[in-house]
Amino acid sequence: MADISTALDAIIVEPTVFELSSPGRTGTTMPAADVPAADSLPEHLLRSELPLPELAEVDVVRHFTRLSQFNYSVDEGFYPLGSCTMKYNPKINEDTCRLPGFLFTHPLQPIETVQGNLALMFELQEWLKEISGFAGVTLQPAAGAQGEFSGVLMMAAYHKMRGDTKRVKMLIPDAAHGTNPASVGMLGMQVVTIPSDERGNVNLEALKAACDDTVVGMMLTNPNTLGLFDEHVEEVIRLVKDCGGLMYGDGANLNALLGIVRPGDLGFDVMHFNLHKTFAVPHGGGGPGSGPVGVSERLLDFLPNPLVGIIEEGDEEEDLAPLYGFVTPKHSIGRMKAFHGHFGGGLVRAYTYIAMHGPDGLKDIAQHAVLNANYLQAKLRGTYRIPFDRICMHEFVAEGRFEGSDVRALDISKRLIDYKFHPPTNYFPLIVPEALMIEPTETENKDTLDRFVEAMLKIAEEAQSDPELLKSAPHTTRFGRMDEVKAARELILCCWLPENYESLT
Amino acid sequence: MNTSAHLKFAKTDEWFDAESGAIGISDYAQNQLSDVVFVEILVEEGDEIAVGKPIASVESVKASTEIYAPASGKVSAVNAALADAPETINSDPYGAAWMIKLEGGAAGDELLDASAYEQYCEGRGH
Amino acid sequence: MTYIPISPAEREAMLETVGVKSLDALFEAIPAAHRFPKLNLPPALSEMEAAAHLADLASTNENAREHLISFLGAGAYHHYTPAVVDHILRRGEFYTAYTPYQPEISQGTLQAIFEYQSLMSALTGMDVSNASHYDGATAAAEAMNLAYAQFRGKRKKVVLSPFLNPQYREVIGTYAQAAGIELVGADAQTDLEATPESFAELIDEDTMLVVVQYPDFFGRIYDYQKLAEAARAKGALFCIVANPTALITLKTPADMGADIVVGEAQPFGIPLWFGGPYLGFFTTKKAYIHKMAGRLVGETVDSRGQRSYVLTLTAREQHIKRERATSNICTNQGLLALAAAVYVSTLGKSGLQKVADLCYQKAHYAASELSKLDGFSLRFDAPFFHEFALTCPKPAEEVNQYLLDHGILGGYALGKDYPALKNDLLVAVTEMNSREEIDALVETLKEMN
Repeated sequence: MADISTALDAIIVEPTVFELSSPGRTGTTMPAADVPAADSLPEHLLRSELPLPELAEVDVVRHFTRLSQFNYSVDEGFYPLGSCTMKYNPKINEDTCRLPGFLFTHPLQPIETVQGNLALMFELQEWLKEISGFAGVTLQPAAGAQGEFSGVLMMAAYHKMRGDTKRVKMLIPDAAHGTNPASVGMLGMQVVTIPSDERGNVNLEALKAACDDTVVGMMLTNPNTLGLFDEHVEEVIRLVKDCGGLMYGDGANLNALLGIVRPGDLGFDVMHFNLHKTFAVPHGGGGPGSGPVGVSERLLDFLPNPLVGIIEEGDEEEDLAPLYGFVTPKHSIGRMKAFHGHFGGGLVRAYTYIAMHGPDGLKDIAQHAVLNANYLQAKLRGTYRIPFDRICMHEFVAEGRFEGSDVRALDISKRLIDYKFHPPTNYFPLIVPEALMIEPTETENKDTLDRFVEAMLKIAEEAQSDPELLKSAPHTTRFGRMDEVKAARELILCCWLPENYESLT
Repeated sequence: MNTSAHLKFAKTDEWFDAESGAIGISDYAQNQLSDVVFVEILVEEGDEIAVGKPIASVESVKASTEIYAPASGKVSAVNAALADAPETINSDPYGAAWMIKLEGGAAGDELLDASAYEQYCEGRGH
Repeated sequence: MTYIPISPAEREAMLETVGVKSLDALFEAIPAAHRFPKLNLPPALSEMEAAAHLADLASTNENAREHLISFLGAGAYHHYTPAVVDHILRRGEFYTAYTPYQPEISQGTLQAIFEYQSLMSALTGMDVSNASHYDGATAAAEAMNLAYAQFRGKRKKVVLSPFLNPQYREVIGTYAQAAGIELVGADAQTDLEATPESFAELIDEDTMLVVVQYPDFFGRIYDYQKLAEAARAKGALFCIVANPTALITLKTPADMGADIVVGEAQPFGIPLWFGGPYLGFFTTKKAYIHKMAGRLVGETVDSRGQRSYVLTLTAREQHIKRERATSNICTNQGLLALAAAVYVSTLGKSGLQKVADLCYQKAHYAASELSKLDGFSLRFDAPFFHEFALTCPKPAEEVNQYLLDHGILGGYALGKDYPALKNDLLVAVTEMNSREEIDALVETLKEMN
């Protein structure tokens, strides 16, 4: 249990809303009741106390404004967090998603009253199909991980429907995101890890050896987590399909492929999109995400329920719009969440973004994301070891360690904060020691990239001249490194009103 | 690195004490895991276990691992105190941090003696 | 080049540094036959055109603020959100940040989530709250994942109340098929008057979890203490899916003996938004946190002795535990957890009590007036909070259509999920419904033939 004295000894930078509370304050007014009073509920159904804070509106605004100032964000600066695609989030999307027609429509309204929403969803389904080369798209999954879970459920349902019950193995490259094995684990399938070769591709020999009639399929991130496009992707897909498996594409890195290649054309059967990465939906401090899934012809009938479809065709000549509504796929794996997906926060923003880019604009995104990554890689190559060194896609992985120094990737990352940059992703993928995974995205200019390179080179010098400077970084931030062991051992997971709260005046 | 001469070790870093029937994880393993914050014993007294069966799950601040039985036999005791003091695995891996005891435990065929295990660990880099 | 800040000259210089002649030359690893497909998408809109187009789509809808009087609930509720909530949410420091993996520069997000966890724990009476799940339905499914992990797969059965939101039952069903879990109790033919105690007979030694809703899908309030005791007697976990607005008033699920309390926190400052994104809250007892999925923020100190916060017990999660993790979830609904924290802080204890009281009073006024109409009656006698089942003299779908023709979203037609309730409407009333609106509903129905 918590050692209270230790907690009290800590310096409080910003009190919690509970500590800011004072009995009798309120931050809002509500209208008086305009109906006659009803009998109250029986006493035994009522709670005895409501230990929640009491603040004025100004207290709330200042508290959360101060908290916001403790955050680093894309709006403040460069955020090259590999695999997360921290691109700039256009402001217009914040306005479109808050249009009253979107904000105040209930998910269970009759379809005749929400044709604007349904038209948007239908069109977005069509656009995502066109961008990815798939035959069908569901917008329902709440995030990439849920999209992935939906995809794996569909793969399992496909084999089951065919009576092919001996398939229990999912092939997953050693560089995969942790969600891949975790999704597979949720279905009780067996994970078979496939190693990478020296160019960062799937090791074809190992793959051949693993391919047999017990394979459910393969989950491949391409470009992979090294930021490399698999040079034998067609051969990989052929091997998996020849043994009767299905090909899952992790769409986490789709930003590099917009207008460049369509996963459906390459032969993938199913892929999740991360609208919050590729299509500039803001990350919100860790969510909400939005994880639509595209599928090939043979998985169409298994998509989650419901999809948006056309219930009655329109007539362009008569300027009559079609009637949109919900349709149920024949062998649907079922419902993934309540209602229809992350409509307001995810789908409207992504729709706005795609509408403003068009086919050429989307290709610009991928090309410049890849240009920026290769530019950084070229500039850092001489100082930081790049274990899989070739033209990368939207990101690359460097080693955060130096000959004869015990400075680690973590130290480099923390020191970068002193130079006002968000660090890259650390310690992932697991196959690169002391990994620094760097994804600049297309929304950074050359000056920013040059300043980042300068900081990285300076840090490499400091690692030799003054390693302590790195190990104790960051120095310029409001907060220093955290004691994570204390957090995990003491497990203080919430706070309360002060013990003598009621007697405060 | 510290080993204990009378113990046998598995390449997956568990130790087995043939005399007492106790099983735990090595000093090398606790060091790799760093600060342990959670231990769950997956078997109960009276269970018959085979070599390689998962007997415990351990989570540290940065890692998570399963512990596999280095020996077979019938579980005669489970160290219930470990759940409340998982940090014991860091402080006393060969003593108070034993996880289970086996009755009539038979060591797995591939266990190493202390010096062979030490050599094995040195060859693993980090 | 909408949001790309690289000039043509800079681009040329960068290509030279990389050592390739053109942008297209960066993509030689891609199979030539499929490289650079022509995408059949509409041409790009300018910001002005996009804003107009989206406004056009949005205005094609009829919404509960501008066009319709709404009595529709059934899992999503129309409440008032103080202006301050969206003003905080629109701070780029919050919404353009990522998961707080670097705690030194993420204390804003971390402390806000810690406060959210604290507020939800205080509301439910439970020991701990995680940093949130996708929505109420998936939070309920994650309760099942917790129970499955807790019993290490040895128990295979979940008892679901037939009066749990049908969409939640469907989602739990989707998750259950993955692990081969058997669901019992949810049956369309169920006796609609069955008391919670009557489900006790379904609980046995193979039951990992019992799930009920509070108030239930028909709005009825039951004390689940006896059922919780029956679950405990068989060693099963007990989960209550609760409405957070109702919890402001009602006996806490913790007091009834719940092991897990989950629900949809959309009523706390999150717009209807046609169904999402919403906010699944998940609270439980300390004993189960190692089996709980999702992110968790804990208090600690930094190297300068300052109180601060970090993501903790991360080794439970998918990025470390991989296929042995309880769930594959990575994200939480970070920004929406912030919305809920700001909402609860702004209303505070007395404001929340006022909202709950308005909901209760208005719903009871509506119920009382509606049940005076010929042919209309309340379907159940049990106490309710802000939602109730109304039996109509004709099929509820027809009643809804009639009301819609008069600018009223009547309620949720229960016959879709419960064939015996073909004539029943689930009516929700919140502080947003004025007496005039309620009277309009009553008057309109009075005139219906």
